[in-house]
Amino acid sequence: MSSPVPAAATGRLERWVAVLGNPNVGKSTLFNALTGGTARTGNYPGVTVERTVGTLRGTPEGLVVRLIDLPGTYSLAARSPDEMVAVDVLLGRRADTPRPAAVLVVLDATNLQRKLYLATQVLEVGLPVVLALNLSDDARKRAITIDAAALGAALGVRAVPTVAHRGEGTVELTREIVAALDRPAPPTPLSWPPALLAAEADLAAALPALTPLERRRALLDVGGEAEARAHAAAPVARGALEAARERLRAAGHGPGLEAGVRYGFLAPLVTRCVTKPAVAPPTHSDRIDAWLTHPLFGTLGLVAIMTLLFMAMFAWAEPLMVLIEEGLIGSFSTWVAGLEVLGDGLLKSLLVEGILAGVGGVLVFLPQIVILFGLLALLEGCGYMARAAFLMDRLLRGVGLSGRSFIPMLSSFACAIPGIMATRTIESRRDRIATILVAPLMSCSARIPVYLILIGAFVPAATVLGLLPLQGLVFAAMYFVGILVAIPVAFLLKRTLLKGDTPSFLVELPPYRFPRARVVASAMWRNGREFVVRAGTLILATSIVVWALGTFPRHPDPGAEGRAEVARFDTAQARAAELRAIERAAQEQARALGASQPPAVREAVEEAFARFEAAEREQAASVAAARTELLEAAAVHAVGAQQRQSYLGRMGHFVEPVFAPLGWDWKVSMAVIASFPAREVVVSTLAVIYDLDAGTEAESETLRQRLKDARWEAGPRAGSPVFDLASALALMVFFALCAQCASTLVVIRRETGRWAWAGFTFVYMTALAWLGAWITVLIVRAVT
Amino acid sequence: MSPAFPPLSCTLAELPVGGRGRITRVEGAPAVAQRLLEMGLAPGTDVEVVRFAPLGDPMEVRLWGYLLTLRKGDARGIALERLT
Repeated sequence: MSSPVPAAATGRLERWVAVLGNPNVGKSTLFNALTGGTARTGNYPGVTVERTVGTLRGTPEGLVVRLIDLPGTYSLAARSPDEMVAVDVLLGRRADTPRPAAVLVVLDATNLQRKLYLATQVLEVGLPVVLALNLSDDARKRAITIDAAALGAALGVRAVPTVAHRGEGTVELTREIVAALDRPAPPTPLSWPPALLAAEADLAAALPALTPLERRRALLDVGGEAEARAHAAAPVARGALEAARERLRAAGHGPGLEAGVRYGFLAPLVTRCVTKPAVAPPTHSDRIDAWLTHPLFGTLGLVAIMTLLFMAMFAWAEPLMVLIEEGLIGSFSTWVAGLEVLGDGLLKSLLVEGILAGVGGVLVFLPQIVILFGLLALLEGCGYMARAAFLMDRLLRGVGLSGRSFIPMLSSFACAIPGIMATRTIESRRDRIATILVAPLMSCSARIPVYLILIGAFVPAATVLGLLPLQGLVFAAMYFVGILVAIPVAFLLKRTLLKGDTPSFLVELPPYRFPRARVVASAMWRNGREFVVRAGTLILATSIVVWALGTFPRHPDPGAEGRAEVARFDTAQARAAELRAIERAAQEQARALGASQPPAVREAVEEAFARFEAAEREQAASVAAARTELLEAAAVHAVGAQQRQSYLGRMGHFVEPVFAPLGWDWKVSMAVIASFPAREVVVSTLAVIYDLDAGTEAESETLRQRLKDARWEAGPRAGSPVFDLASALALMVFFALCAQCASTLVVIRRETGRWAWAGFTFVYMTALAWLGAWITVLIVRAVT
Repeated sequence: MSPAFPPLSCTLAELPVGGRGRITRVEGAPAVAQRLLEMGLAPGTDVEVVRFAPLGDPMEVRLWGYLLTLRKGDARGIALERLT
């Protein structure tokens, strides 16, 4: 924890400054310009808010100023624990952040009247304030002139015009921030009605533990976060608040009181300090919007942009994912596996199958995360995200969500992890959590190998209506299963667990701007890094746990059967070699005899001998190939033998009764358990359990054949095939709906701040998956 | 300004595209009303309807030189006098 007092070791003074502003005012760009990319991002415990801290550049020797970037907001009227973070940081009520010595409020110079609303609230926090009038180049372009000195003087603060992306004004701003550190807080310039001041005085007596700001917010924000805090602070709060509000009502003040006072103060101030053309000419933005939010062309544009986004996550990420999985992790694993020093024991197995597999399981998500966040930063930076939400709001409201949920849901079709991370743009916490909980139901790319192999093995390559391929239809059906289930799930969640006020869809449509390369690059870097650092460790741990379950207890000699097989082969081959030696001796004798014959005969003999030698070489090669194959099979069999009697195998036997109604034996049950770290693992696990080389996977005809040949080992169904159309479709539906992805669960925990939500997701999805698979079995058995 | 006939009163949700009005009253659930007011949809403010989303909802309005989208359900709580 950093301390606000002098850091004894260096003798330097450390002070904190909070950075606050509305969304879309270039706050992040300004933050980057002021800190020069020293920012570090983390999370506040218990809430879904990012915590970004950087160091102000260009401060005098001996002074360290830490800037803490607070989430973009329009107001300090907090309606959720997430929104309360800003208030708490300003008040020094968070253990993880020292109380700031000053506040920097970033404003949009093109629309000061409304943006100053937040500034007037911050002026009541009791800290010195500096205003950054950002986007002042846009203001100039629109012929808006601002008397920054007069504006600052009226508010008792310094106001500095800035153009963050060009670094204009940052030197002066830095100077003003440093100067503000030791300045007293300005008195409030607003005049509140006597009834409010009297009501607040009453509250102060009843709730002395709260700060004046918290009391004011508790009084004005009906049902807000400060009210909840007041209730928690003192039992008398409920009555005291009710009495104070009654007092306001009696004086004729309604819910418009605060806005009336603040805007009433701001309107004449802005008229005095800002001059702008009487009629704003239509901007580029208006002309672009005429197309991009047009009922027809706007919808087409949305489809086109989203198709591009989706294709990018699928197609562009694919080669990078292959490169990471095969090029990087694959060749490194091969290298480690070939190291003689390690022997063939547990250490090598842990390194290759536990740690490297886990690292690969983390890194493989990176391309999709980085690409999605780059594209999202582009869309956000140019102002399109708000338009997409506007276009899609009506559709998503049907299930209790809002337009803001659209892009996270769409991204989840490629991968739920970046999709869940993308929910950060959803302001309402309930909407955000509901979106996070249903996002994993969208069929991600990791399900594709599972679908492909099972469809290839069990769905006949027929056509429906002489036109549509049945296999393709089943593939598409798997995608629809997820969507169809997500609709009622979201609907129910918003009416039960996440019940609350319907959050209004109040979204500002910012003017279109050119996105800044720096902001896009930093979004890609930050999100990628954060995922690896924060989710990576847990994903790695899960991978090691599953490795241990599959490795212990040790089989006394898993390779015994395989070695015996190879030995039998070698014995047989030794006999064959003896025979070949006799044959060779005979052939050489014939050749020697032929040497003394006339040329015609000699030629024929030589030719026969050459044929013999060629045949001999061919045979030797095929024997060698057969032996290599046998060795590979023996190695796979050894892995299978080990797994069959490992804890994982025992768990498979243990849970077999649970999965029996779905038509699966213990091997499939075990593969399902083993695929907890990642769905696609089920394919290689099935391959190992059915003694196949794990490397062949989805394209493998042999794995398909093996699955078809799999028979029940015991029980009433002994001898009959494990997989028929019903149990194969059930397995697909199960994997379409289950939460077999440790990474997703870890990211849910990280984004919601609570393990409970990750646990809930796992339980509800697994239950749905089982139910869906069971219904599938019933339907298919009834129809066929 | 003395109009020949009294201005029509209606809610923001009832204005057609291009229609303008001056806000007289903002009502609704406390949280919603407070957010609307904070965003500048306060009594005395002039607003203009810019367009509706493809499915007729939400709507996009212009006030104070910026664009805001809100759902019609919330716009029904905003009473205004039509300006021509």
